[in-house]
Amino acid sequence: MRAILKHKKRANASHSAAGNAVSFLILTVMGLFMALPIILSVSNSLKPLEELFVFPPKFLVRNPTTDNFTDLLTLMSESWVPFTRYFFNTIFVTVAGTLGHLLIASMCAFALAKRKFPGAKLIFGIIVTALMFSVQVTAIPNYLIMSKIGWLDTYASLIVPAMAKPLGLFLMKQFMEQIPDALLEAARIDGAREFTVFFRVALPQVKPALLTLVIFCFQDLWNMQGATYIYSEKLKTLPYALSQISAAGISRAGVSAAVTVIMMTVPIILFILCQSNIVETMASSGIKD
Amino acid sequence: MSMIQGKEKAENIKPMQKKKGRQELSEGAGRENEQPLVPMLLAYAKIRRKQLFTEMKKNKSAYLMILPYCLLFLLFYLVPVCISVGLSFTNFNVLEPPEFVGLRNYIDLFFADNIFLTAVKNTFIFAIITGPVGYFMALFIAWMINDIKNRKLRAFMTLLFYAPTISGQAYIIWKFIFSSDLYGIANGWLMRLGIISEPILWFEDASYCMTISIVVILWMSMGTGFLSFIAGLQNVDRSLYEAGYMDGVKNRFQELWYITLPSMKEQLLFGAVMTVTSSFAIHDQLAALAGFPSVKYCVHTVVSHLVDYGTVRLEMGYASAIATLLFVVMIACNKLIQKLLGKVGK
Repeated sequence: MRAILKHKKRANASHSAAGNAVSFLILTVMGLFMALPIILSVSNSLKPLEELFVFPPKFLVRNPTTDNFTDLLTLMSESWVPFTRYFFNTIFVTVAGTLGHLLIASMCAFALAKRKFPGAKLIFGIIVTALMFSVQVTAIPNYLIMSKIGWLDTYASLIVPAMAKPLGLFLMKQFMEQIPDALLEAARIDGAREFTVFFRVALPQVKPALLTLVIFCFQDLWNMQGATYIYSEKLKTLPYALSQISAAGISRAGVSAAVTVIMMTVPIILFILCQSNIVETMASSGIKD
Repeated sequence: MSMIQGKEKAENIKPMQKKKGRQELSEGAGRENEQPLVPMLLAYAKIRRKQLFTEMKKNKSAYLMILPYCLLFLLFYLVPVCISVGLSFTNFNVLEPPEFVGLRNYIDLFFADNIFLTAVKNTFIFAIITGPVGYFMALFIAWMINDIKNRKLRAFMTLLFYAPTISGQAYIIWKFIFSSDLYGIANGWLMRLGIISEPILWFEDASYCMTISIVVILWMSMGTGFLSFIAGLQNVDRSLYEAGYMDGVKNRFQELWYITLPSMKEQLLFGAVMTVTSSFAIHDQLAALAGFPSVKYCVHTVVSHLVDYGTVRLEMGYASAIATLLFVVMIACNKLIQKLLGKVGK
């Protein structure tokens, strides 16, 4: 804490010390509001069952135990479809969807950002508007389309729509604008074909944006239950299986807390790994009037 | 099928128009002295069309590159919206073909469906409170985090505020905090302190349900926009601050209004679009916490209503009318905000 205050002293001249103190206070209070529920989730997952139902309730765990996590494993080994199957499904859907999204969205973003061709502005305008579509608006027609093309109850119904997410394309296009034209031109003069220019010259320049797309796409797919499109048990995803376990009520309160912690750990770790890249990408995220 | 037919038709029409244009051109050429304007315009149009065509041909590789994405985008984003608008004028239960009913779904929504009106009211309460509050909270916090000079601490704070958004279904913990029995944190502590004598049924009581839901939504409101703000703030040109200081900027609020915000307008707009979209789409977290449908429809939103008709009652026409309305309101709201943000720093 002392370190922060010391740093504050070097802040801009227009920033008063009192203002800094107030801003630090607000950040602390708000930070606690954000952090406490997360800490409580972790603490709950380590509580033995009798500690979860005690009056008065304890915030932090007294006798931490990993029972909830081992119980989860037992429950899963008893499930109808081997648990590894749910795990595989989620990993497969997440990885395939994310890779596909990276490839087609960055390819399209490259053309939109670095080539001038008739229709480019119109297409990008439509995609910016599509940032405002929420999943629920398109859910019913999407179901109808899936059933028309025979994709219901296949991995494709989860993977393919995620590949066309407008947010990823939008961020990538804005980031690609920064690639110096001279660099691409040099490659073209050397006789490189357009796809080579994209793969060899443009893609290595946008690594931060690629990682950002990974985390956004990963988040969506990792948490996707997909119960609307998938009905065979062996194709169902991890979040779905876990939500079924949690749905069993009070007797599984501990296990369900363990589930929550497992599900949130993975995206948080990924975010920590990619954070600086994400911030760099988001700097170019603006929508121009 | 119909799409393919449409394409063929369009292709048939093009050469016909071209031919017609050529005929008129040759006719016009004969009467060049009397009416020079029409043939000139036609000739110009022809040249333009030819230019466009060569331009498109030149950029063949660009079209090839956008093709995969655009096809999927068309199929899973654009076509669904059109289908949704189309279905909203029909009565459709999936089993039988849709039956055209004109505006009846919309009339029913506003004049015969009290629950929808409750849902609209709730959605607007959520949108008006959590939208602006969440947005300014995100901006304000990003601004304060940006003032922290220690890089590690800054990264930690960013993670801390963003964590609730990326933690999937971590919001479930609020069910434990505001649980209806003695073991919930809120009830337990309030009773221990002697403030209440029996447990409050937080999510089952319509008078508390709304307030708690707003708290939970605000807890999760540091979304994509927040990251965009953090990034925008970091990239404001430092020399602008020094120049502003010379020009008589006295405190941090003047600095924020005259220098910082105007130089990150684009991020502000992006954040606003993200906030509007998410605050009109509130449903999942509330369904998990307050039940679906919630007691006395206390936190029933327009999206809840849409999910109810679309997946439970299977009245797809009616559900599509709700989706269409939601879509129109969201676009209108975004346009309005775009206008408002034009005034920043003036």
